[in-house]
Amino acid sequence: MENLAFIAQVQGYTAIALGLIIGLGAIGACIGIGIMGSKFLESAARQPELIPTLQGRMFLLAGLIDAAFLIGVALAMFFAFANPLLARFG
Amino acid sequence: MSAAEHATTGPANGTEYINHHLTHYSVGEGFWSFHVDTIVMSVLLGLLTLALFHSAARKATAGVPGKWQAFVEMVVEFIDTTVKEVFHLDRSFLAPLALTIFVWVFLMNAMDLLPLDMAGKIAGVFGIHYWRVVPTADANTTFAMSLTVLAVVLFYSFKAKGAGGYVHELFTAPFGGHPLLWVPNFVLNLVELLSKPVSLAMRLFGNMYAGELVFMLIALLGASVFTWTVGSTVSFFGQLLAGAGWAIFHILIITLQAYIFMVLTVVYAAMATEHH
Repeated sequence: MENLAFIAQVQGYTAIALGLIIGLGAIGACIGIGIMGSKFLESAARQPELIPTLQGRMFLLAGLIDAAFLIGVALAMFFAFANPLLARFG
Repeated sequence: MSAAEHATTGPANGTEYINHHLTHYSVGEGFWSFHVDTIVMSVLLGLLTLALFHSAARKATAGVPGKWQAFVEMVVEFIDTTVKEVFHLDRSFLAPLALTIFVWVFLMNAMDLLPLDMAGKIAGVFGIHYWRVVPTADANTTFAMSLTVLAVVLFYSFKAKGAGGYVHELFTAPFGGHPLLWVPNFVLNLVELLSKPVSLAMRLFGNMYAGELVFMLIALLGASVFTWTVGSTVSFFGQLLAGAGWAIFHILIITLQAYIFMVLTVVYAAMATEHH
């Protein structure tokens, strides 16, 4: 019974951590993509002949920006389904 | 996609279902355990890459190209221009390497789009209980590839600067040649060198792992469809919608990640050939 309280505590804290990981990561990635997208549209309006070059780079950077966030999501999901912090309780 | 029938016979609940799908079919213990599913799938897809491109090359004509030849030519040309833009030396080795990385990683990522339970069912026929179908959702694959890229980067560093020049650069590059600065220079260069394969591998792995997990979570939506209640029916259609949406979005992600892996390899190789 004593263990149960500890497990619940660990699970609760883990759930909060998951929310923070995904939420803060999403904020960062969205702001980053938003800034980049707005700059892309700006430069595309200014120099339409550069659109093909810029588009390729924009997608490349979108993937790079997204990556940190998705690594965070993967880590969070890992903790959600196979919590190694709970392993000590057997 | 058949989480429903899985739920009636197989795992008892969602967590178990997902844990089952996250387990590799592995042989051996501890450090020497091999993920057989990852190895078999990646080798098969590598052979498929070779076979596809070989068939196009063998039947290539100088006249009107067939559809397949035109497609392969498009891919090859696309990779070649990408490499040419970044890497200015002789690219007779790097461009084919980039092509291999791009097509192979793309095919391995594309396994994510197969129905979730299909691979497990097929493996089950042969008496194998676990079979993870996406090789790039296994950190072993991505780290193997990125360490190979590190070897390529080191190769180009030595080739462009010579052993003496490269070692000289390692100890004197960012700050200068004063003997007191040798250690900080070297540490900084080491970190820079090692961060490349780690970020390369973690990026691909994180994307594919998260993508696979989201597919599993979506599959759980329809798990209770055979209870024939209103809620279960609604969530089953939710599964269809969400699955279709995520799969379409995932087509973008798998292509993008293959492209990024390829471009960064070329960029790292180009950086290695630059003199400070």
